[in-house]
Amino acid sequence: MRALTWQGTQDVQVDTVADPEIINPRDAIIKVTSTAICGSDLHLYDGVIPMVKPGDILGHEFMGEVVETGASSTLQKGQRVVVPFTISCGGCFHCKISQFSACENSNPVEKQDASEMLYGHPMGGIFGYSHLTGGYSGGQAEYVRVPFSDVGPLAVPDHLDDDQVLFLSDILPTGWMAAENAEIQPDDTVAVWGCGPVGLFAVQSALAMGAARVIAIDHYPHRLALARMLGAETVDFRHSNVREALLEMSGGIGVDAVIDAVGMEAHGFAIDNMIDVAKQKVGVGADRASALKQAILAVRPGGRVSIPGVYGGMTDKFPLGALMEKGLQIRTGQTHVQRYLHDLLAKIEEGAIDTTFLISHRLPLEEAAYGYKSFKEEQNNWIKVVLKPGMDASGAASRA
Amino acid sequence: MHRQSRRSWPKLAALGIGLVAIPAVAFGVASSRRRADIRSDNAPGFTARRSFGSFDVVGRSVTIRKPRDELFRFWRDFSNLPEFMENLDKVVPDDTESGRNTWFIRAPAGKTFAVETRVVREIDNELIAWRSTPESEIETEGRVTFEDAPGERGTRVGLIIAYKPVGGVAGKMLAKLLRRSPELQARHDLKRFKMLLETGEISTSARCRTDHGATQQASSHTDRNEEQA
Repeated sequence: MRALTWQGTQDVQVDTVADPEIINPRDAIIKVTSTAICGSDLHLYDGVIPMVKPGDILGHEFMGEVVETGASSTLQKGQRVVVPFTISCGGCFHCKISQFSACENSNPVEKQDASEMLYGHPMGGIFGYSHLTGGYSGGQAEYVRVPFSDVGPLAVPDHLDDDQVLFLSDILPTGWMAAENAEIQPDDTVAVWGCGPVGLFAVQSALAMGAARVIAIDHYPHRLALARMLGAETVDFRHSNVREALLEMSGGIGVDAVIDAVGMEAHGFAIDNMIDVAKQKVGVGADRASALKQAILAVRPGGRVSIPGVYGGMTDKFPLGALMEKGLQIRTGQTHVQRYLHDLLAKIEEGAIDTTFLISHRLPLEEAAYGYKSFKEEQNNWIKVVLKPGMDASGAASRA
Repeated sequence: MHRQSRRSWPKLAALGIGLVAIPAVAFGVASSRRRADIRSDNAPGFTARRSFGSFDVVGRSVTIRKPRDELFRFWRDFSNLPEFMENLDKVVPDDTESGRNTWFIRAPAGKTFAVETRVVREIDNELIAWRSTPESEIETEGRVTFEDAPGERGTRVGLIIAYKPVGGVAGKMLAKLLRRSPELQARHDLKRFKMLLETGEISTSARCRTDHGATQQASSHTDRNEEQA
């Protein structure tokens, strides 16, 4: 089959590789019809996530058709399913309390040691990511082996097309959980750093959860325009002093909750961020956390800090004093996708949530490398790239 | 129940053949036997920052969301152990004596050697302890305990293995094999036990069946890397 493989920093290519096979009884094989490039794929692309190996197949946002099932799979051949990016067994302590991304059994034993050493506990399995999370072959491919297929994949009705439901695999529940983690109250003002796909879905979710105001922060005009379209006010950090702006816009109180939808590769002019950029380049592994640091200073005392943005290592000069002295609450984590799937699918069916506005580009899988490069370098216009393995390479008409 | 199993341990130690007090400490022996200077807290003995002399002691606990009796029964049939113990080729029960088994352990370079053990203590649904027989070339003992975890969390399973490498080719090989990273081996084996009982399978990220074998080889490669580190 054809698949997008990681070869090195900012080096990905579509290769012919061996087809996946059923290995364990609960497995299924999915023929991919749509798969997206995620902002966190850019962290892999940039080589800032550890333990990615040449030849690894990337992609953790995908959906498709069931073509093969193991003896214990509950899926049926021909079913259309969206697959959560987190792999969960459904039977361990964490799965049973709906903390699916902390599944204790989905990361193979021999792969657990690294994250156990780094984080104190092993991570759960994730498709197409790092060997820290299992080293599973990802969804930017024609076929994927999906373990625990009786737990993760969600069957979707035929009257919803791929573009309407694909983002249930990651970014829609991730934006939703980000807003839920902000514990929004009716009169709240919520600030969201980053108007990428997760940030935009967090804006949408925060408003749906009853936030009085949402203020979105970014520097790309087109992304800020999308946030305004969803109902947010915006602050362009290249034009305005963000902390001062947020304090004034919230009448001196400070915003009630903040959401960092930026993560470890934050842009910004702050001197500590520039040092962190240099450290990442030389491989010291310091996470650039300028958005998070700014968010912690901007949120009101007693406020909530929600972090859907991805971090992998350590960071310097973390405002720990502000966190404690202001009495902040922090909630974060990889998304417990399976917890939200049914409710969010229902909202999509009712027309309460639209996700298709996000898609800026649709490409054949063969042009995935071009998709990565453009998504990385032209962030103003390349908002979300969906790859279609079945799309005719010559007929990529919708490429903007 | 927890207390009871602890109290029973001096009895096992009294059965001891070559086993000195050192591994008994590691196994968390009750107060009558302990020395104040080495048992000052509630942490499991094997987590102590001290050596156990000529014995290597490894221990690990997992919580498995299954009833105690189911897990006990699975373990009690020693022939099931190779399903999750990576270096164990097979366990053959002795027809003439209940609780006596021969463990065939895989060693590097395709060799296999045998360790004779006898179950020295068993409390239904609580504890199984085994020890190598005097004839065995390898001096080793192990204990697995099963306790109810709080609420609906299932069962806490603890595995402790102590072994004393002795002379002979097999002894040296076992030493080499286990010292490669005994903690890692115990941790991996117990996690596989958890996976197998909780999910019915052992997770792999291999994409195809040929890679699956390669992944398992890669796991012993990881062991060597850890040793180097």
